[in-house]
Amino acid sequence: MKTIFQRWFPGFLMLVMALWFLGQLAAPKDQDFKFAEFGQLPVVSNGRVKPMDSLARNSLLQLREKQTLNLEPWKEWYQNPKIIPAIEWLANVMMNPQVADAWPVFRLDNQDLIAFLKLPAHDAAQKQDGKHYSWNQIVPSLQAFDAENERVQTNGAAENRDAYERAVIKVHARLELYAQLKNTIQPGDAQNWKTELADYENLIPTGVVAARAQQAGQKYDEATFNAFLTDLQRFDFMSRFEPPLILPPQNTGGDWQRVGSVLLAAARGEKIPSAVENYATMTETFKNGDSAGFNAALADYRSSLIPNFSRALAKSRAEVFFNQMQPFYNAMVIYVLAGLLAIFSWFNLSEMLRRSAVWLIGLAFLIHTTGLIYRIVLQGRPPVTNLYSSAIFIGWGAVVLGMILEKFHKNGIGAVVASGMAFITLIIAQNLALDGDTMEMMRAVLDTNFWLATHVVVVTLGYASTFVAGFLALIYIVRGVFTKTLDEATGKSLARMIYGIVCFATLFSFVGTVLGGIWADQSWGRFWGWDPKENGALIIVLWNALILHLRWGGMIRERGLVVCAIGGNIVTSWSWFGVNMLGIGLHSYGFTDAAFKWLVLFVASQIGFIALGSLPAKMWKSFSERGSMTSS
Amino acid sequence: MLTKKIARFFTSLRLTVVLLAFAIILVFIGTIAQVDEGLYNAQTRYFHQWMIFGLDLFGHKIPLILPGGYLIGTLLLTNLIFAHVYRFQLSVKKIGIQLAHSGVILLLVGQLATDMFAHESQIRFVEGETKSYAESSQDYELAFTTDVGTNTEQVVPIPQKMLARGGEIKNANLPFTIRVKSFWKNSAPSFRAPMTQNAPPTTTNGVAVNFDFSPTAEAKTMDDKNVPTALIEIEAGDYVPISLGDWIVSGWTADAGMIESVQQNYARMAGASLANQIVGKLTSPQSVFVGGKKFTFTLRPVRNYLPFTLTLLKATHTVYDGTDIPKDFRSRLQLKNSRTGDNREVEIFMNAPLRYAGLTFYQYQMNAGQMAQQAGMTPESVLQVVRNPSWLTPYLGCALVAAGLIVQFLFHLVGFMKKRRTQ
Repeated sequence: MKTIFQRWFPGFLMLVMALWFLGQLAAPKDQDFKFAEFGQLPVVSNGRVKPMDSLARNSLLQLREKQTLNLEPWKEWYQNPKIIPAIEWLANVMMNPQVADAWPVFRLDNQDLIAFLKLPAHDAAQKQDGKHYSWNQIVPSLQAFDAENERVQTNGAAENRDAYERAVIKVHARLELYAQLKNTIQPGDAQNWKTELADYENLIPTGVVAARAQQAGQKYDEATFNAFLTDLQRFDFMSRFEPPLILPPQNTGGDWQRVGSVLLAAARGEKIPSAVENYATMTETFKNGDSAGFNAALADYRSSLIPNFSRALAKSRAEVFFNQMQPFYNAMVIYVLAGLLAIFSWFNLSEMLRRSAVWLIGLAFLIHTTGLIYRIVLQGRPPVTNLYSSAIFIGWGAVVLGMILEKFHKNGIGAVVASGMAFITLIIAQNLALDGDTMEMMRAVLDTNFWLATHVVVVTLGYASTFVAGFLALIYIVRGVFTKTLDEATGKSLARMIYGIVCFATLFSFVGTVLGGIWADQSWGRFWGWDPKENGALIIVLWNALILHLRWGGMIRERGLVVCAIGGNIVTSWSWFGVNMLGIGLHSYGFTDAAFKWLVLFVASQIGFIALGSLPAKMWKSFSERGSMTSS
Repeated sequence: MLTKKIARFFTSLRLTVVLLAFAIILVFIGTIAQVDEGLYNAQTRYFHQWMIFGLDLFGHKIPLILPGGYLIGTLLLTNLIFAHVYRFQLSVKKIGIQLAHSGVILLLVGQLATDMFAHESQIRFVEGETKSYAESSQDYELAFTTDVGTNTEQVVPIPQKMLARGGEIKNANLPFTIRVKSFWKNSAPSFRAPMTQNAPPTTTNGVAVNFDFSPTAEAKTMDDKNVPTALIEIEAGDYVPISLGDWIVSGWTADAGMIESVQQNYARMAGASLANQIVGKLTSPQSVFVGGKKFTFTLRPVRNYLPFTLTLLKATHTVYDGTDIPKDFRSRLQLKNSRTGDNREVEIFMNAPLRYAGLTFYQYQMNAGQMAQQAGMTPESVLQVVRNPSWLTPYLGCALVAAGLIVQFLFHLVGFMKKRRTQ
């Protein structure tokens, strides 16, 4: 009976988690308004065609670091606060701002800034959580805030700003983003857009006559002229926010356009695209709560896109599905579960727990890989295109290595490495995604799939393998110093794993680094330029080579190897994140204060582990147990 | 005995380990130093250096003596070659390591060769312009040009280095002596606006009438460059010296890139037409008459003449819809070589250089697209021109090391698997 349970439990557990994952795939059912379909409409923002759904999620990530909107943030989670999907929020911002402006969408963490903006503190009775505020709450202080932002922007270098000043800039950018979204379909201050638009269209012929007469110094109809001028100023104001481009090209090879700019162009005699009208109808019906009318207008617009933009529509649909799937987040949840099972398996040495962990990692890896491939296809790019995707790929590579180790050694160590590394890197990726769109367009010099597929992939695998060696070393030290589970066989097998992985790491980091040099030679005419990122990669190569030579020369043995491998964690994190924070060189992208704090903490912790690993053998719990038997 | 000792020292693994450790420290320091000192200074101070005495990091002085990049590189190379020669065994077990190490040797030697022989220059042209030479991005020369009849000019270039040394300069092809009174490696011009309180000009000849030049700190970053200025006196006469006056010669008057930045600077302050007048005064030629001949002189970027010409037909700079993110930089050129009869159109864009006549042409900078159009500028493109005879060594080196490491690790892996199976 027990053996049957042991035999079937791992597969059963995996099946349960697989069903849980499949359950996440179904999109939330729309009650009356077809938000899901609205979310599939293509728009251009950050230089690429994407679905409204992605625009909504990325914007919310930037505004409040979540992909959903909590309308009642003052409530605790068990009080069941009302949470709405990103697309429902975006639809309201774009078409019914009178409602959206009252939603607490801006997250503020800096107390000084909250005081500056005269915002209320936490008070559940007043429906305030002291962190999330609405546009309407901020608007009274907006003028003062603009001036404050201007002062901070012009006052000294970016790296000298304190926490308050950085918060000013960050929150101001969030307000700008919100204003952009509000001005995408209609002017942000529109009361009745469909009518206003129709009035403007009727006004154009007489307005143009009046404007010409006014310029020529002749008699003109003052009322018409003023009305026309007010409209034009409004549309000019609207397009100055540089909102997303929602109007598809009028002819093949044309550009996507903004509503504001086509309305201005209409005054010069250009035709207003029908999409403007479509969106105006959607706005009208949405505002009036007429779901049947809205759904019909939406269907109209979608069918008008089908002849020429069926590809954009299909791609948008695919991306919405990808957003819904959240493969990396869901994989991370399963990895955590697997990791816990694997760690437990060390202590009671239960083969069933270990096998359960392996099965779960297999499932998570499948989801992880699906996500990776999905991204590759959506973007038409190799897996690593920015810091975010490098984190996902490092995790992926580490899982592959960990599972290979587990296959050979079957002692739960590879499973912990795989799930642990995947968890950490996916957490990092989650945080990097807060910058907004993770599928941004590639600048001209990076616009080459060949080098992205070779140099970037190989060097990222170099990072992954160096981290895996370091992670194994951490396991060795933690188990050796604090527990009695590091017997001689486990120690030996760990050391052998570390050595093997360091060999891989040397190969990948060397080839990756040199390929990077060759790419530089292809694009700039110099193989090596001592750029910080190049140097970071070179240090990884040198460090791995150093470990191998120390080992070959017999200058280090088992514990020396372990301590050196932890050094690999430090040099790799330096190369991955540290050099970007110097703010110099060709690869200096994406700096965040939070990242800096975590990097310092990480490096400090690794130095701590090196110190632990250097403790004399008698202070290690595992070694003192072994006593006189070993003397390594 | 001694040779054996030396051999043992240079073949030792301990030496390798020590050198690798120093290399890591040096590369790290050389990276951090770039924050304060910029790429070029950090490079010359730490990497292109034998010994380093004292460091400056984050504005702190650190009294340390370290081996520089050249010393570490040379010793590593010696170490590698000695180990390679002395320990060489033609066995299957070692073949991987041998391959990998010979790859590393090739890389190091290749980089040394690049350091010594590679040469970089630039071509800057607007659409429609034809160039038969590339200009150095760093070095200047004081060029004296005389008309020698039949549509030919004689050019006598005096390198910047000689000016920097100071003192008197004589040249067999010049009937006068040049006396360098002062030389600034980096300088800045400022227009002597009329109707304002100006100090008296440095000299009443040529460009100095309208412009003051002052020394400035040396360039730190890759985007900055040093633009030298010198005050010279020209003295003719065989027995009785006759001074032809003091003259300011400055890189600012003949370097197209720098002139453009001056133009843009004044255009922002005073509008385009005034800026053009000011730049006209900056670039108007200076000359002296000696023995009935006119010698025009200018401190210009060193020119490397090409045995062919390039004409910029079209410069394209596109961005992604609704953003400033550059999507493509592309130059379409007409290549004409009268010697070989080559006359064809070529295209250069990011990651797709042109390799021709031992030179490689890369898309380097561009002033085109919508922004340039709005500013009313003719689209302009800058190509980087590199002559690097050893450009192939990294490719070979990389392949050798990769092959070597793969062979070595596969060997290990197979051994490991066999052991497991027999267990």
